[in-house]
Parts: sequence; structure tokens; C-alpha cells
Amino acid sequence: MARMMYREAVLRTIFEEMERDENVVMLGEDIVGGMGTAGGPEAIGGIWSTSTGLFDKFGGGRVIDTPISESAIIGAANGLALSGKRPIAELMFADFIGVSLDQIWNQMGKFRYMFGGKSKCPAVVRMAYGAGFNAAPQHSQSVHSLLTSMPGLKVVIPSTPADVVGLLRTAIRDDDPVMFLEHKALYGAKGEVPDGDYTIPFGHARLSRAGQDVTIVTCGLMVGFCERVADKLAAEGIGCDVIDLRTTSPLDEEAILDSVEVTGRLIVVDESVPRCSLATDIISLVSEKAFSSLKAPPAMVTPPHTPVPFARELESAYLPSTDKIEAAVRKILAWR
Amino acid sequence: MQLSRDALLRSYRQMKVIREFEERLHTEIMTGEIAGFTHLYCGQEAVAVGVCEHLDNVDKIISTHRGHGHCIAKGCDVPTMMKEIWGSAEGTCKGKGGSMHIADIDQGMLGANGIVGGGAPIAVGAAMAAKMDGQGKVSIAFSGDGACNQGTTFEAMNMAVVTKVPAIFVFENNHYSEHTGVDYAVGTSGDIASRAEAFGMKVWRGNGVDFFSVYETMREVLDYVRAGNGPAAVEFDTERFFGHFEGDPQRYRGEGELDRIREQRDCLKIFREKVTQAKLLDGADLDAVDAEVMSLIEASVEGARAAARPTAEDVLTDVYISY
Ligand SMILES: Cc1ncc(C[n+]2csc(CCOP(=O)(O)OP(=O)(O)O)c2C)c(N)n1
Ligand SMILES: [Mg+2]
Repeated sequence: MARMMYREAVLRTIFEEMERDENVVMLGEDIVGGMGTAGGPEAIGGIWSTSTGLFDKFGGGRVIDTPISESAIIGAANGLALSGKRPIAELMFADFIGVSLDQIWNQMGKFRYMFGGKSKCPAVVRMAYGAGFNAAPQHSQSVHSLLTSMPGLKVVIPSTPADVVGLLRTAIRDDDPVMFLEHKALYGAKGEVPDGDYTIPFGHARLSRAGQDVTIVTCGLMVGFCERVADKLAAEGIGCDVIDLRTTSPLDEEAILDSVEVTGRLIVVDESVPRCSLATDIISLVSEKAFSSLKAPPAMVTPPHTPVPFARELESAYLPSTDKIEAAVRKILAWR
Repeated sequence: MQLSRDALLRSYRQMKVIREFEERLHTEIMTGEIAGFTHLYCGQEAVAVGVCEHLDNVDKIISTHRGHGHCIAKGCDVPTMMKEIWGSAEGTCKGKGGSMHIADIDQGMLGANGIVGGGAPIAVGAAMAAKMDGQGKVSIAFSGDGACNQGTTFEAMNMAVVTKVPAIFVFENNHYSEHTGVDYAVGTSGDIASRAEAFGMKVWRGNGVDFFSVYETMREVLDYVRAGNGPAAVEFDTERFFGHFEGDPQRYRGEGELDRIREQRDCLKIFREKVTQAKLLDGADLDAVDAEVMSLIEASVEGARAAARPTAEDVLTDVYISY
């Protein structure tokens, strides 16, 4: 076991995978930081500190600092992947999928299927997502609902340093394109990481709290929020299952359904906007497949269907909070 | 053509307002009172003002993440901008956008923009509208040396050429995109104007730390574009005095670089030297402007601190929402 920050877990895993497999390459804006300046390469080392030292160790052939050109970054990742490499592309902010969406949606997500299974696209697109920094509408979004809706993509949202390591290893070794979403507010979070070459398979949720009364399904930063609520309510004798999905595509349906069959009550807590979302998707799954187990209407705690506002008061009103989650649990328990 | 005394004073004042607005933000941000990401425009004032002094509010501009200077130069209300940066409900965008999204459509300011390369295509559309209206209006996209590498910027330039619209692409080359040098990221050895030229438009180059160079260059550019010759591009060589964003350790800079550019490439100093040497204005005139600007900034900050805060209900306004 080693204790490390989430961002260190990202960096360490990339480092080890690049050492293990020379086909693993990384590309993105400012990932070297300082190219073409007096300070020289690694003068800064990537704004999230998730690529520091990679250039020095592996060189510019495998650690490619790119111009500001998200379409070409993801497009190049596609070309690399179709040519036998294992690219890790970084989008500095998840919001920038907007600029590169064709390469994600129409290209990487579709190759294997539309080429009749004759190709692989082992690309990982890492991106920093999420609100909480007053970074305003174009730098704060949670894009996993959108990405999960696209066939052909796998979508991974680690909530702890240990999960970063296990899931990122799986992502890099996977032969399909993987969207890897890192919450900005988690980069500094610390946790224990198991030693050795451990991996976490996709589609296996983690039960982070166990209880009999309510099932809370969540992912990413919201996992910690839900755990705090579950711990508080446990002291009052209210038991919550907190299911950290880890991956939204593939989705661990079994973990959700098994839990709801016991509790009869479902709350989805998610940071992405509510329409056509992860929350509506899981509620619809449960309504279809566990209808007879339900003791109360499923509920969701999400932001409203608006862009992420800037001002502190607005952003905190916008985001799910422990208070809102707790209120939702009490409400679902009080139903009828 | 010689600028009138009034025009000189107004131009100097605009540059000074931008400078002091940003210098004040730089100190206020360190206290943690202001939320979010802020990108300061200090060092580049001559570009925004030298361009916008030629425009009125029927002409459109679109800005970047480093937008405060463009906003002020295009006539956005300074105290209201300050309120926006403070996240007040009385701010330019009611606290919803903040530093990176200040806009004032009535002033022809189509917004600062958080997406690098987001602006240029929008400027082309505004130029199409200007062409349809047929009154000699123009539309200007400000872009950085980093933004010139986005496909969106390429597409916008080509579309402006083929549709022959009155769009002007103003490239502010401050030599850095975040922490990356322009010589590394812009494949034409850092030369942006030649790239624009290759799209089939006429291009100009100017000294972006000298107001007079910017102003005179823009006069030619605007005469050309307003006459219906189609789009144009201009590259201004300029400097950014602060980090990319507030908090940037700037280890990519050369030794003494910040001192050198403040010493030798400060557009306000250069302006003062030129106008006093030519006896167009004297030091006392400029000092009086400085004093007035300092009190405007002080009042703006006090106003921003005291202004009404947004409430939770405000999250749900200004958007279609059914739940
Ligand atoms: C689409 C997109 N990619 C990346 C970024 C992150 N980013 C913000 S500013 C910036 C550098 C822009 O450089 P330049 O165009 O030269 O403008 P300057 O900062 O020098 O004013 C980058 C990479 C962004 N905001 N949007
Ligand atoms: Mg620049």
C-alpha cells in the first residue's frame, strides 16, 4: 500500500504503463509545458501536474506537446490507435470535447463497428471535468452523460486514487476507446493504493457504504458527498447502500438492481445535468427491471438543467450538496 | 493624420483604465475574494485601444479568455464589469459569466470567450450580417497566437475570404499560449500574418506595444475593409505582463524578461514619451488622467464589494428550463 494523491495516481500509472509498453504514448496541450520558451521543456509540466517528468523520461517522440487543436489531438490519437499505438490524449478541460466531438463521436466510437470488427481503437481520452471552482459555463461541465449516450465509447469516472490506478491501467490496456474523466476537485484527494500490477475491470461498481434502506447510485466527486450523508444517517439507524459506478459504460446493472431489490428505494446523485442523463438512464433501468421491488418513486439529485453559473452563490446553489442528498434520502423514506 | 488632443487624451485614458483595472485585480485576486479563473490583459492595452478607437457600437468585436481589455476598449461600463468579476447580480452578466464571459451586445461586444478559437467563426457571421446591412460596418475577431492554431480559426478565415465579408482577424502575438512558446506552436516560425495571407486575404503587421503603430495600421485596415474589399488580418507583436492566469509561476520566462518588457515594452510609457516629446500633451495632462482613472478603479472596486449578490433563484433564469 502506498498513500498518494489522485493526481499522483494518474501520473504514476501513465509512467508505469509507458515503461511497460513502448506503444503507449501521450499527447495534449501544454502536457510538457514550456516548449519553445526560455524555460524549456518541463518548465511547468502540465497544468494538472499529471504529466510531470514524462517528457524527460520518455522523450518528445512519445510525449507529444501539441498546439491548441483539440480536433487534431483526438484525430491524431485515432490515427495512432489505428496504427498499433496506445495513445493517451489529454483534453485540458472536459468542456473541450465540444471542439473535438467529431473525432470522438463519429470516428473513434464507430471504427470497430463500422469496419465490421476489423479494427481496434485503443485510445484513452483523459479529461478534467466538474464544477466547484467558479470556472463558469465553459470550464466546469460534467460530460459523462453525453459521452455515455454515444455507442462505442467506454466511460470511466474514478473517485479515489486506488480506482484511478486500477481503472487507468485497464483503460490503457483496453482495445476500445475509453473516456477517462478526472474530477478537478479530486486531484488533491489522498488515498491508499494497492501495490503491484492491479487492475479493476470495467462494469464492476464498488459498494462504498452498505445499508438496508436506500440505494444511492453515484460516481466521481459525488461519491464522497454520498458517503458523508450515509455515515451521518447511519448514526440515526438509516442504512444507505452507496454504489460508486466507476464506469457508466459499461454499466454494472446487477449491482444496482441487487441493491434496489433489498432497499426498494433508489436515489441517483450525479453532477451532470438531468435531461437525457445518467440519472434518468438508471431510473429507467430500475423502473423496467425492478419495478416490483420499489417502495417509493425513484429520485434524483442533480443540478438543474442549466449551464454551470459563475458566482459562488450561484454555483453552490447549482451543485448537488450533502444537504440536498440528505433531504432526498429523508424524503424517499417518508414517502407515504 | 494627426490625432486631436481630445482623441489622444481619450486613447491614453482607455489604456490606463485597462492597465489599472488589471493591476488592481492582480492584487485583489491574491486575497482570494474574487472567484474563478482570471486572465489579465496588462501589456497588450495598445492593441485593444488602437483597434477599438476606430469603431463605434454598430461595429462588432468578439474577444477571448483574456477579454477585459477588449471589453473596456469597446465601451463596456467599467464599474459594471468589476461587479461581474466579483460575481454580483448587478454585473454585466448578472454574475453568471464572470471574467471569461463579459459581453455587451448593445456595445457591439459579442463576448469574451472561454473556448480558444471559439470567436473567429462567430465574427464571420457578424460580418455576413454587416455585409447584408450594407452600411460599411465591420466585425473583428481578436485571437491569440495560440488560437490561430485552432481549426475553427482556419475555417473562419477561409469562409470570410470566399464570402468576401468585412471581417478582420486581429492576432495578438504575445509569444505564449499558456506556457508554450509561439515558435514551437505556430509552424510558420511563429509568423501568423503569413498564414492568414495564405488564406487569400490582405494582411498587415504592427507593433502591438505602440498605440500609434496599432492605430495607424488599423486605419489602413479599416479603410480597406469598409470599402468592401473583403476580409483582412493583422498581427500585432505585443507582451503579456502577468502570467497566463493568476497564479501561474511563469517558469517558462527568460531571466529578467518580465523586468525587461515592463521597462522597454510598456505601451503606456511609450505613449507618454511620444506625446510629451512631440509636445502634443504635457506630463500634467497625463497625470490628471492617471488620477481620475485611479479614482474610477477605486470606486469600481468599492461598488463591486457593496453590490447585490445573486440568489439561488437566479440560477434558473435566462434559460429555457422545464425542470
Ligand atoms: C478549446 C480550448 N482549448 C484550450 C483552452 C485552454 N486555454 C485557455 S487560454 C489558452 C492559451 C491561449 O493562448 P493565446 O491564444 O495565445 O492567448 P493568450 O492567452 O496569449 O491571450 C489555452 C490553451 C481553452 N480555453 N479552450
Ligand atoms: Mg498568446
